[in-house]
Amino acid sequence: MTASRGLQQRGAAGTSASVAEAKRPPETPGVTWRRKHILDLDDFTAEEVELVLQTAAAMAQVLRRGIPRVPTLRGRTIVTLFYEASTRTRVAFELAAKALSADVVSVAAQTSSASKGESLVDTARTLRAMGADVIVMRHPSAGAPYLLAEQQEASVINAGDGWHAHPSQALLDLYTLRQHLADLQGRKVVIVGDILHSRVARSNVWGLTHAGAHVVLCGPPTLVPSDLGPGAGDPLGLPPVEVEPVLDRALEAADVVMALRLQRERQQAGLLTGIADYIKHYQVTASRLARAKPGVLFMHPGPMNEGIEVAPEVARGPHSMVEEQVSNGVAVRMALLYLIAGTQPRAPS
Amino acid sequence: MSETIVMGPAEVRRALTRIAHEIVERNGGCEGLLFVGMRTRGAPLAQRLAREIAAFEGAQVPIGALDISLYRDDIHHLRAQPVVQSTDIPVDVADRPVVLVDDVLYTGRSARAALDAIMDLGRPRSIQLAVLVDRGHRELPIRADYVGRNIPTARPQAVQVRLLEVDGRDEVALITPGEEQP
Repeated sequence: MTASRGLQQRGAAGTSASVAEAKRPPETPGVTWRRKHILDLDDFTAEEVELVLQTAAAMAQVLRRGIPRVPTLRGRTIVTLFYEASTRTRVAFELAAKALSADVVSVAAQTSSASKGESLVDTARTLRAMGADVIVMRHPSAGAPYLLAEQQEASVINAGDGWHAHPSQALLDLYTLRQHLADLQGRKVVIVGDILHSRVARSNVWGLTHAGAHVVLCGPPTLVPSDLGPGAGDPLGLPPVEVEPVLDRALEAADVVMALRLQRERQQAGLLTGIADYIKHYQVTASRLARAKPGVLFMHPGPMNEGIEVAPEVARGPHSMVEEQVSNGVAVRMALLYLIAGTQPRAPS
Repeated sequence: MSETIVMGPAEVRRALTRIAHEIVERNGGCEGLLFVGMRTRGAPLAQRLAREIAAFEGAQVPIGALDISLYRDDIHHLRAQPVVQSTDIPVDVADRPVVLVDDVLYTGRSARAALDAIMDLGRPRSIQLAVLVDRGHRELPIRADYVGRNIPTARPQAVQVRLLEVDGRDEVALITPGEEQP
């Protein structure tokens, strides 16, 4: 514990020499994490993404232990506030918080005062007043987490907001990919399905582009924003991607195929000519996957509609990363909770 | 700010050689021993101790590296989180005499964190602590079993251990804060 940190800390009010002692310089030169909220990946730097992935790898080590628990966030309170159904995301955040010894409170909006008309911001302020340090929120409206981040003091992690963003999903997808492909630079990643309504696709476009991947979006023209693609006006602020409406062509020499869940309610909205048509043209099948590179990785954010966007033989086949994605989800969320913990003022006690 | 070199490469080497002999003597050999270096600079020190022992005892002591970031007690006081490194311990710690290795012993808080981190991995027969420098000012009832050099310091001073593997040279510097002399 070289005490040179003692020197660096001298100027900071309220720090003691003991604080200084433990502050070790990182082995690899990294960035200093300054982010209090995790809202989307659009403004992440490549270095920040790298730090999350590196931290997640250390967290995965903890999860492999006989007793997967470390005392890091003892005394912290993490609230999951879900205004939409979720199994894997909510459970992954809760397991992540518990593995770090935080206290976890789970609020489902259906059973909370939100159903009495309490506003989102009031709910969050109440949770903060009761000691929440981090609020993990899923909400059907795009931008809702941004409002919370502005209007109250707790850290906010966006666990999915409308069609907008799902940053922790994109980070766990990147983490999963990096375990199989050392470098994503120049890799062809096809995202197929309902791109228009997919927060997973949107956040993944950011994450994958930061990592240098070549992203191809594929889906029925009614479900792919028409103004994407190279040279497009970029109205959604997304980085340039390739759009290829024909799945067989999109899959040529692909390294990764990511299928999205087809939300059946879209059919009612008149955006699909029919499920049978969708299956015919866009289902990821073993024979279609044969057009991709031999070691192609198949991913899906879940929950899967087997037999619709993906054939069962692919969903559970040798190329499928789906289970890995789920188990990596806990490590990646531990990393996020750990990293933002250093930037928070403690909740009032 | 002024800097004094208090140990040079030869002194670092001699201190480590002596500690290596002391470890073997104290443990009656190196049967079952495990060296665990605390990241960052404890890890290369643990490797060097193991090399010394391999040279004069002909036995290979297994070496691990420990990251204590997740066990620190000052998470609320720092402005940014330290980067979590991997913990790599090649053998089960259960029933082994474990020697924790670090560069500087100061308040004892890192050693406390390391004890907890080791205990979470299993139940060692014993844990001993080896440090290159003990600079005093303990805040916890912790002492080292093997010390390369005791360096009396004032709190505002800093002790910086530099190692070939990390910093490109072997030396220990005592740094005193203050105005630059004209």
